[in-house]
Amino acid sequence: MGSSSSISSAHLLRLYDRFESLDRDNRGCLSPDDFEALGGLAMNPIGGRIMEAFFSSGQDTVDFSSFVRILAHFRPTDRNRNKEGAQQELPSSRTRKLKFAFQLYDMDRDGKISREELLQVLRAMLGLQVTEEQLQSIAERAIQEADLDKDDAISFDEFKKSLEKTDIDTKMSVSFLK
Amino acid sequence: MPPFTWAVHNLLCRCLSIPISAWFTLLCLFIIVPAVLGGCFSIRSLYLRTLLKIFEVSLIWVPNITKKVQNQNPLTSLQQEIRGSASCLCSDHEFDMADIFYFCRRGVESIVDDEVTKRFSAQELESWNLLTRSNYNFHHINMRLTLLWGLGLLTRYGILLPLRVTLAVTGISLFLFLTTLVGFLPNAALRSYLSEKVHMMGYRMCVSSLTAIITYHNRENKPNNGGICVANHTTPIDVIILASDRCYSLVGQMHRGLLGMIQRGMVKSSPHIWFDRSEVKDRHLVAKRLSDHVADKTKQPILIFPEGTCINNTSVMMFKKGSFEIGCTIYPVAIKYDPRFGDAFWNSSKCGLVRYLLSMMSSWAIVCSVWYLPPMDREEGEDAVQFANRVKAAIAARGGLVDLIWDGGLKRAKVNNAFKEELQKLYSKVLVGDHEDQSERMEIQKKKDSTTRQ
Repeated sequence: MGSSSSISSAHLLRLYDRFESLDRDNRGCLSPDDFEALGGLAMNPIGGRIMEAFFSSGQDTVDFSSFVRILAHFRPTDRNRNKEGAQQELPSSRTRKLKFAFQLYDMDRDGKISREELLQVLRAMLGLQVTEEQLQSIAERAIQEADLDKDDAISFDEFKKSLEKTDIDTKMSVSFLK
Repeated sequence: MPPFTWAVHNLLCRCLSIPISAWFTLLCLFIIVPAVLGGCFSIRSLYLRTLLKIFEVSLIWVPNITKKVQNQNPLTSLQQEIRGSASCLCSDHEFDMADIFYFCRRGVESIVDDEVTKRFSAQELESWNLLTRSNYNFHHINMRLTLLWGLGLLTRYGILLPLRVTLAVTGISLFLFLTTLVGFLPNAALRSYLSEKVHMMGYRMCVSSLTAIITYHNRENKPNNGGICVANHTTPIDVIILASDRCYSLVGQMHRGLLGMIQRGMVKSSPHIWFDRSEVKDRHLVAKRLSDHVADKTKQPILIFPEGTCINNTSVMMFKKGSFEIGCTIYPVAIKYDPRFGDAFWNSSKCGLVRYLLSMMSSWAIVCSVWYLPPMDREEGEDAVQFANRVKAAIAARGGLVDLIWDGGLKRAKVNNAFKEELQKLYSKVLVGDHEDQSERMEIQKKKDSTTRQ
């Protein structure tokens, strides 16, 4: 739990309570069923992919430390407590968030977002609301804009570059205490 | 004094080694007499006002309190977020790799905290009421607060809890004894009259043993015979709270042990409907027994909680349609607990009934409001589900609760895809636009191109 030692104890307590309430059979770990029972996740178009992120190491259960480790990606970077006094987000947390998002696209974990993978994500987010041609044209445009070395796929660096002006911090942060 | 109560008090006092007279005077003066006679409000309101004053004072000692963040409606915030700032003049938004962030964040938010599961854990307070069980965000802040909390702890466990437990034990034993007695009476009219009195006495003593301070509103709408009373469910104590105002027939499973004994005792003097475990599954049998009971106008109204499970009193969840299919008058009742003095919600997965009751008895008080709503009938062309939703909306509006469409049993079931489609539709509108919009824009674009060429 080395990297997550930067999470405050109040947050940890809150996450542990949440972990316990999700763990319906009280086994000390979460299974895919526990995630699927969440209405909010089931109605999310990419809910399945987010779930995959928790089970990524090939196991079929998630224990508390993995749960916290993944959710730590979404910790809001607390700008007031930054020791240097700088107002920008820490580069490591930005990279972590970007890596998480990249993995949502790159399902086979080969380090590149291929055209098919992009099409799959678009299809998930849009469902049956758009035609196949519209989908293809959207994917085509996205790849042309981001793909700098023209290998017809988007690598992590290209992904990072295309998002350098975006404020990742607010978009990918979830507050744990409500 | 009947010898029975003497024996009980004798035993208790020997255990506690306090002179009988002192103990008895205390009990009699402050609790039993007001309980039997139906309440003594001035002392109770004084008690509550003092407590509130103390909480206010303790609030000043806490440096800053985290304010709750309002949860936005997911459908409107999608448009705001993905379209970006208002400075973007073009209404057409092109797909950006960052669009996925919105969905990702919403997904993780629902893992960390979601509408349904949130209703099954106790409500969080904005200020602390000196009970550690409602203490999520507060840790040791300063000495004064901890001292105050310690003092509160002593009062609650040392004085309030023993008094209440004694009262509860006395009350229940008296109740069982008297209902059995009344059950032996041959004359039916006298029996029903006396049984009502005995039941009311029993409920009132239970109410006092919890220090439940109940305010009834709109008493003119109190349920009449030959109907079904429905209410939102937060805790098993709901039954006691409603039943101390008028007698109901209860419906439920026959339990074993102490609860089973109480159930059998209750049936001897008035018609409750207790099911065997095997019968519960048979819906037709249940419906038949209910409608038979309702058709008999001399019998008391039935009390049912259509949610089927305990919710944490911030919202009302889906009502099961069974009781709305019978076709009789429905008397809705809204119950709202004041969480500042003690959290009444029973989280059955976290603690058992006995522990729950003990924690109830060691809270400051259980303060609640009960609103009797005007009776409702099923209208022409309305089916059971729509009727149930109408009743639910009325109860939620009266009690100031959130009206949710989710099923309380949802925590163990999957949800339908209608919501997923809504989100997909909205996102596609943002990206691709409506057909009319698109053709219009294409026209405008063509005109622009032709003018620039010129």
